[in-house]
Amino acid sequence: MNKLVVSSSPHFHAKDTTSSIMLDVIIALTPAMIASVILFGFRAAVIILTTVASCVLSEYVSRIVMKRRQTVGDLSCVVTGVLLAMNLPVSISPLIAAFGGVIAIVVVKQMFGGIGQNFVNPALTARIILMNSFPAKMTAWTAPMDHSYFDAMTTATPLGILSEGTGEALPSYLDLFLGNTGGCLGETCALALLLGGVYLVVRRVISPVIPVTYLATAAVLSLVLGRDPLFDLLSGGLMLGAIFMATDYTTSPINFGARIAFAVGCGVLTILIREFGSLPEGVSYSIVLMNITVPLLERAFKPRAFGSVRRRKAGAK
Amino acid sequence: MELTFPKRPYHTHGGAHVPHHKNTAHMETRVMPPPAEVTLPMTQHIGVPCKPVVQKGDHVYVGTKVADSSAYVSAPIHASVSGTVKEIAKVMMPGGQVVDAVVIASDGRMERDPAIQPPEEIRTKRQLYEAARESGLVGLGGAGFPAHVKLNVPEDKNIDTLIVNVAECEPYITSDHREALENGKNVLYGIYKIKEILDVHRVLIAIEDNKPDAIEALRKIADNPEMDPNDEVRVLPLHARYPQGAEKVLVQACTGRRVPIGRLPADIGCLVMNIASVSFFASYMKTGMPLTLKRVTVDGSAVQNPQNVIVPIGTKISELMEFCGGYKEEPKKIIMGGPMMGVAVTSDELPVLKQNNGILAFGEQEAQSMEPTDCIRCGRCVAACPMHLLPTRLEKYAERKDVEALKSLDVMNCMECGCCAYSCPAGRRLVQAIRLGKFYVRKDGAKK
Repeated sequence: MNKLVVSSSPHFHAKDTTSSIMLDVIIALTPAMIASVILFGFRAAVIILTTVASCVLSEYVSRIVMKRRQTVGDLSCVVTGVLLAMNLPVSISPLIAAFGGVIAIVVVKQMFGGIGQNFVNPALTARIILMNSFPAKMTAWTAPMDHSYFDAMTTATPLGILSEGTGEALPSYLDLFLGNTGGCLGETCALALLLGGVYLVVRRVISPVIPVTYLATAAVLSLVLGRDPLFDLLSGGLMLGAIFMATDYTTSPINFGARIAFAVGCGVLTILIREFGSLPEGVSYSIVLMNITVPLLERAFKPRAFGSVRRRKAGAK
Repeated sequence: MELTFPKRPYHTHGGAHVPHHKNTAHMETRVMPPPAEVTLPMTQHIGVPCKPVVQKGDHVYVGTKVADSSAYVSAPIHASVSGTVKEIAKVMMPGGQVVDAVVIASDGRMERDPAIQPPEEIRTKRQLYEAARESGLVGLGGAGFPAHVKLNVPEDKNIDTLIVNVAECEPYITSDHREALENGKNVLYGIYKIKEILDVHRVLIAIEDNKPDAIEALRKIADNPEMDPNDEVRVLPLHARYPQGAEKVLVQACTGRRVPIGRLPADIGCLVMNIASVSFFASYMKTGMPLTLKRVTVDGSAVQNPQNVIVPIGTKISELMEFCGGYKEEPKKIIMGGPMMGVAVTSDELPVLKQNNGILAFGEQEAQSMEPTDCIRCGRCVAACPMHLLPTRLEKYAERKDVEALKSLDVMNCMECGCCAYSCPAGRRLVQAIRLGKFYVRKDGAKK
């Protein structure tokens, strides 16, 4: 008789794999990508392709340099590339965009051990580094639906208008919802982001716990501080952050209680930065700051094992 | 407090939606003719191994006791064919331990031991305990825990609920399903006997809702005033979500109670018995014939004719496969039990054991397993764990042999149901690592 395979149970496996999950995230980002091309023109596609190519190449080369198994096939670098592009203004130079991809993959992800090991979100951290390195270029917003790139009309983001207090008219809710405002490639069109979010939840790639808690906390705090909650939800990077960034597997908690705490923290920080910070927008910083607290949150909100009896106080035996 | 019969199961955490593959649910069980020889290993239960009480050359009948032990947690073993003891051989069990086994060459006549008499009317708990022990019954759901130990409920523990486990949440396996369809009246007879002796007045027949025909059949019997005069037996359909039939999960789904860590269902007033165990015990009370036959589901992509077979315990897997038309393709993996918790065996020369409810033979494609990649911290293992553990963390601590950390995360509470590894998109061998972790904790405990 031939040799039999002997392995530990279970002998069955669900169909999902890391690459199928990452493919789902890419599919979920497709509406936002299409919206960015419609709103900001063909150049948006160029930026997306640039960051994706830069991320894939960075991943490929770093795995070879580190003499580790090649992981380009798990598609996580593609997701990082798309997410990074979503966080850049359309007028950014492709060179800077490509540099962002290198930072995200080489510095933030691979230097800490690759997929599953980075302690902060690669795309967001790269964006923060670019923001601090090229503050003017990273905040040069062009008006949507104006596809003449080089002499394009500059504009302010809705949150920029709000925090500058220049008296410029704020965009309507409908414009915010459809993305007809200034901003990063992928953050303006709430409709496209929500479509992607629904897809991820339906496909069970993410649980709605983090996005819903994040958005709800932000809305409540916004109301408490006398801001306009609906405006806060629809403007800036909040939708993009809540649906695609805060739900990043590696940098969000794995257990339910810690996820709630994490999302509440993100929501509170976002609104506090918007209200009191010197920056008009705080989604990137709040998510990255909360990323750092994840190990502590997981420890603090450790689930209680089935049937565990609450430990009595010492001596009360 | 008044006990009620739940209409809907209570909420349970975690689990996985595994594909059912209940291909054999609608096929009648076939009875296998006596094999040429049977091999009866001395460990077919959890507990102390038996010692052979027969010698080479002895003549045995069906039902003759061939091995026993004086230990409390152990169960005697009986000849499943009539014939001559060929030898006391050494057999390597699926777990790797080598044990003695009584090998009986069949004379093909299947003569019953003339000494077998129906036991006298069982009235007391003591008689129930003794009858269960003599019958050789072990938990037939798969664990193989000696039934008499379970039925010997200490006086200070008050059992108010008997749960008959027909959940059968493992994919492929349909032996309990067929038992419910083919032998329902016998099951109810057994339930009534056991519940009267133990003075239990609430019996829940718990069954996953992917078996509507069995639910209907059992309801017909349980709702029949002639069969259930006191109306104390009800069928409770459960959500078909693995591992609904795991004892702790089942108790929670049926009663809402949680078995505390390190305790037994009896500590919270529940007694769980598998339907095949109840049915066998009913037959034993009628005939006195000990456990010698077992219904097993034979399935998998390498099997020609998948079906349920009533087979003499100790029959070689290869002979059982031959009865099912042989292999359709070269088997690459043979599993005792279901695909989620079953044990992969090294050879089809191993015998069918008392607690086996399925033998699966997988071909090339089904036998393949995923190459593990890095954990992406998706948290699916955590969401799937019915015991609220953190499988991915346990895996890391097991790799580091960090006994203290493993203990602080309640590693011993893991029942190895496999939901975590099943759900893991990175194909991590979580159960394997956690088993190792449990081993380190046990070793550490033994050292102290």
